[in-house]
Amino acid sequence: MSTDDTYSMQDVAGPVLRFSGVGMRYGRSPEVLKDINFELPAGSFHFLTGASGAGKSSLLKLIYMAERASRGRIDMFGRDIDQIAATDRPFLRRRIGVVFQEFRLLDHLNAFDNCALPLRISGGRPDKYRADVAELLSWVGLKSRMHALPATLSGGEKQRLAIARAVVGRPDILLADEPTGNVDQGHALRILRLFVELNRLGTTVLIATHDEDLVARSGQPVLHLDNGRMIHYGRGGAA
Amino acid sequence: MSDTGAFFDPARWRPGPLLPRRDARDGALVFIVAVLCFLACLTAIGALAADRAARGWTNQLTGSATVVIQPHGAETPDAAAARAAEALSGVKGVTEARALEKEKAEALLEPWLGRDAMIDDLPLPRLVTVDLDPKAPAKAADLDRALKAAGVLATVDDHSVWIADIQRAAGFARWFALSVCLLIIAAAAAVIGFATRAGLAAHRDVIEVLHLSGAETGFVARLFQTRFATAAGMAGAFGATAAAALAALARLAGGGQGLTPVLPLAWIDLLAVLPVPVLAALTAAVAARLSAAAILRDLG
Ligand SMILES: Nc1ncnc2c1ncn2[C@@H]1O[C@H](COP(=O)(O)OP(=O)(O)OP(=O)(O)O)[C@@H](O)[C@H]1O
Ligand SMILES: [Mg+2]
Repeated sequence: MSTDDTYSMQDVAGPVLRFSGVGMRYGRSPEVLKDINFELPAGSFHFLTGASGAGKSSLLKLIYMAERASRGRIDMFGRDIDQIAATDRPFLRRRIGVVFQEFRLLDHLNAFDNCALPLRISGGRPDKYRADVAELLSWVGLKSRMHALPATLSGGEKQRLAIARAVVGRPDILLADEPTGNVDQGHALRILRLFVELNRLGTTVLIATHDEDLVARSGQPVLHLDNGRMIHYGRGGAA
Repeated sequence: MSDTGAFFDPARWRPGPLLPRRDARDGALVFIVAVLCFLACLTAIGALAADRAARGWTNQLTGSATVVIQPHGAETPDAAAARAAEALSGVKGVTEARALEKEKAEALLEPWLGRDAMIDDLPLPRLVTVDLDPKAPAKAADLDRALKAAGVLATVDDHSVWIADIQRAAGFARWFALSVCLLIIAAAAAVIGFATRAGLAAHRDVIEVLHLSGAETGFVARLFQTRFATAAGMAGAFGATAAAALAALARLAGGGQGLTPVLPLAWIDLLAVLPVPVLAALTAAVAARLSAAAILRDLG
């Protein structure tokens, strides 16, 4: 990826994200997240681990504002996200890149169009970004698959495409939900390097994963969820 | 969507459509909207023709009156009729008053009396026909007063007995045609609205991804607005064209008087179909915009 000096830095000092006493439930069911307190300092890199059903995806959904907390308070870029006007939310979302657990690629668009989607939405001009998109797709190993529709991609290829789409807009926060679930170790390490590179450019990274090996190799700090409660760990592998 | 991936050239890439291409469902929708627009156009043309017919019936009756002169005294009936005609011509709201010649009056009565009865000295009533100013027709009372002033014994028939009936019938025909037309327009609008909402719901996954990627409401609304307004506009144009063609055919087949004298169709009536495609497109655009806004509000 090429660097760009127009890259937007966080507009406030202090944590990019802060959860204070956050609880969350789906409908009238019991809370799937209970009393969550943590901070992500600007430019930090964390893993989010926990057993299946522990609430990792739910916590990410709160951050990318697909769900609302049922109690507590979430501050992003120094602002309480519940206080942000509906008309400002799209602009906040553009600063968050998300790799969804189920990818959520648009089936009728080819890989290139899927990857370029965030740039298109934020009003970029194709001749400005097409080279970046092509370079990024090559980087994640999809150089020969740029024309392919998602239905014709393998699981790992879809995953890499989803990752490329999440990072193409150089977000301030990158959220990834099981980004290495479908790829071999070689690709997993390559993806990790991409995240680390992005992190070096200033992006705050949070990756939900089961992949103990990846966590151990990275040596990055871990947030652990146990049945909806957060347990803070130290560095990866040093639990 | 190129097919030979090895030759995919990013430099030549053009952004693909954010919404999936039209599918079979869209075809069915276009058909239904076209049919409803066709019916709406036909009833609109029908309503115009009915209105013209109704106006024709009442105009014929309100535009004239008949005065029957009773011969009396020494004056000859012809002289009385001539004097009556002269007196009536001067009344405000009368364009012309003519005494019917004896031959014409006889011709009118012949079917009842028979040719043999037409002897010269039969005291036939004389008729005066009065053409009224259609804008401000003279009232029967005005005519009566003029006749009395002239000293002519006569009764005035201004068709008022008929006019009330005919006007009621004409009003009914007018309202009936208009109601059917409005009903079909409402049905068409409702179908367009429902179909647009269903279409948006079918693309909810796309909307969600756009939303989570930071698309503003206007961006999403515009996508669907364009898509559905185009489809509904096209359907409306099909329906309108078909209706206009059918009406033109009826007009040609009906000869100078239109379809029949009962439903007089004018070429200008065909213009009634023009707003239909525009209305269909507007309805779809508004429905798409509202539905998109509702879905995005729901997504948060
Ligand atoms: N849309 C939903 N409606 C109702 N309950 C949900 C929904 N999504 C998740 N849950 C429940 O919330 C809990 C946490 O789910 P979540 O998806 O956050 O777990 P996870 O840690 O991401 O699991 P995995 O590792 O399997 O992806 C689970 O009990 C799940 O059943
Ligand atoms: Mg999950």
